Amino acid sequence: MSKYVEMIRIRFLMMLAYRTNYYSGILIYSINIGAYYFLWNAIYGEKASIEGMSVLQMTSYVAVAWMARAFYFNNIDREIAQEIKEGKVAVEFIRPYHYLIMKTMQGLGEGLFRLFFFSVPGMVIVALIFPISFSASGITWLFFSTSIVFSFIINTQINLLTGILTFFFFNNDGLIRAKRVIIDLFSGLLLPISFYPGWAQQVMNFLPFQAISYIPSMIFTDGMTGSAVYNALWFQLIWAILLIVPIQFLWIIAKKQLIVQGG
Amino acid sequence: MENIIQVDTLRKEFKSYSSRSGLKGAFRDLFTRNYKVIPAVKDISFTIKKGEMVGYIGENGAGKSTSIKMLTGILTPTSGSVVVNGMNPHKEREKFVRSIGVVFGQRSQLWWDIAVQESFRLLKKVYHVPDHVYESHMNHVIESLDIGPLLDKPVRKLSLGQRMRCELAAALLHNPSLLFLDEPTIGLDVLVKLKIRNFLKEINQKYQTTVLLTTHDLTDIEALCERVIMLDEGQIIYDGRLSKLKSSWGEGKQIEFQFADPKIEKLNLAVLTNDLQTEWTSGNKKNVWVANVVNDEELISEVIARVVAAHKITDIKIHEITTEEIIRNIYEEGVIQ
Repeated sequence: MSKYVEMIRIRFLMMLAYRTNYYSGILIYSINIGAYYFLWNAIYGEKASIEGMSVLQMTSYVAVAWMARAFYFNNIDREIAQEIKEGKVAVEFIRPYHYLIMKTMQGLGEGLFRLFFFSVPGMVIVALIFPISFSASGITWLFFSTSIVFSFIINTQINLLTGILTFFFFNNDGLIRAKRVIIDLFSGLLLPISFYPGWAQQVMNFLPFQAISYIPSMIFTDGMTGSAVYNALWFQLIWAILLIVPIQFLWIIAKKQLIVQGG
Repeated sequence: MENIIQVDTLRKEFKSYSSRSGLKGAFRDLFTRNYKVIPAVKDISFTIKKGEMVGYIGENGAGKSTSIKMLTGILTPTSGSVVVNGMNPHKEREKFVRSIGVVFGQRSQLWWDIAVQESFRLLKKVYHVPDHVYESHMNHVIESLDIGPLLDKPVRKLSLGQRMRCELAAALLHNPSLLFLDEPTIGLDVLVKLKIRNFLKEINQKYQTTVLLTTHDLTDIEALCERVIMLDEGQIIYDGRLSKLKSSWGEGKQIEFQFADPKIEKLNLAVLTNDLQTEWTSGNKKNVWVANVVNDEELISEVIARVVAAHKITDIKIHEITTEEIIRNIYEEGVIQ
């Protein structure tokens, strides 16, 4: 286990090695949150609420959705694809660890780094500039924390799946890009799921994406309360377990037909 | 002595497709592709004993890397069996890789953006090396390879020679009983090469580490290995002592004369040595002629004596046929006697 913890530490060091990325990240996220804040203010206009959400809830939703994204988001699909394309995956196979767990830990290292050095201070700054409602109840914070852990797990699992597919397609930049757009759209990052038409909401109930962003953000803004929260957490847990199946399945096949490219 | 590596009728086939020509062909490729099965390694068998240092040589595409990848558990064999350190590399991968060290000359296994010592620290955790073992063993390795001053630098700032020494140290961090080196000296200068060779010899003597070395630089092989395994088109064409290869293939010597008189011709020389077994060929410079003779002291002396007595010379050299030439000859003729 200590090797996986050590990997988180290494990832911290790597994040620190690239400071420019870190600073530009802060800028990009602030611009996004600012833009959505003004956009939603304009859409609401004089209306008190849309689809049961007040403008204050909405702007809090946007801010927390982006800050949570800093934690769960990672590029391990792209990294896996690159390692396969460059043949670096050969080196990973001569190490006594599980490649996918190691990748997950790298993602976690990256996520924790951004959570502490980016999301938390960022949220404080955002709260100073824009009016945002924070829940006072401790239980909401507990649910929210549990929920973003699942967000991380599910998002990482989807990334692993996309990454492993490179073993079969060799070049799947298109797929990776498509996955990113789908997650931004269907996870509720850009628009809460409750704003979609009824049939689309029905469809999305059968997909894992809303577990990534919509559920934690709704919990945080008290848009989801009571038994709905429990149902949402169950939804996340079930998907986290379900997604192990295709990953394991593809991984076994991938290992069998691994071709190390380039020498 | 026990066998460290045991390979029996090992085979690896790759499926590849060939593209049809032209635009029409490209459209047809969208729907159906011509697949071809290409064997990269064809039923090879060999064993390596503990403590041996074996050179594994072959042209590009001879199947060296593919077989090394099967030995290290990266690739699954199509058929045949591999037993390394008493384990099947692919089946028991995590347990198996603890017992081996690998250096790929062409790709780094250190983490690019962080200091070398951080990579070492991670590897120490990965291989569960206890502190006291790490201290005594690694201090020695770091000293022998002279990488102490490099430890706090990020890998991307190291030169190739510096990086290669660090890679070697990283591969030996858990003191494996078997070391695979895939072109470890590629692109390195003479001094670094010497340092690496001496270090490998020392490790081999001290810990009885078995080394399988792949390289295109035959001086590496000559300096380190007594035994060579030669591969060509996926098959083993020679497996035995390097000295035997040299004695059976490199028997002759070449005596190179540079004459003062520019009018010397092959005929003049052939007449001189017509009762001796000598073959004259023109050298690569003006006025230079080469006598190819068998390795026999009296014959060599006699040829030199006669030539020097008859003609003025400005330079004379005696060449032994190099391993490189031997191997080139073998590949050109494609067989081993």
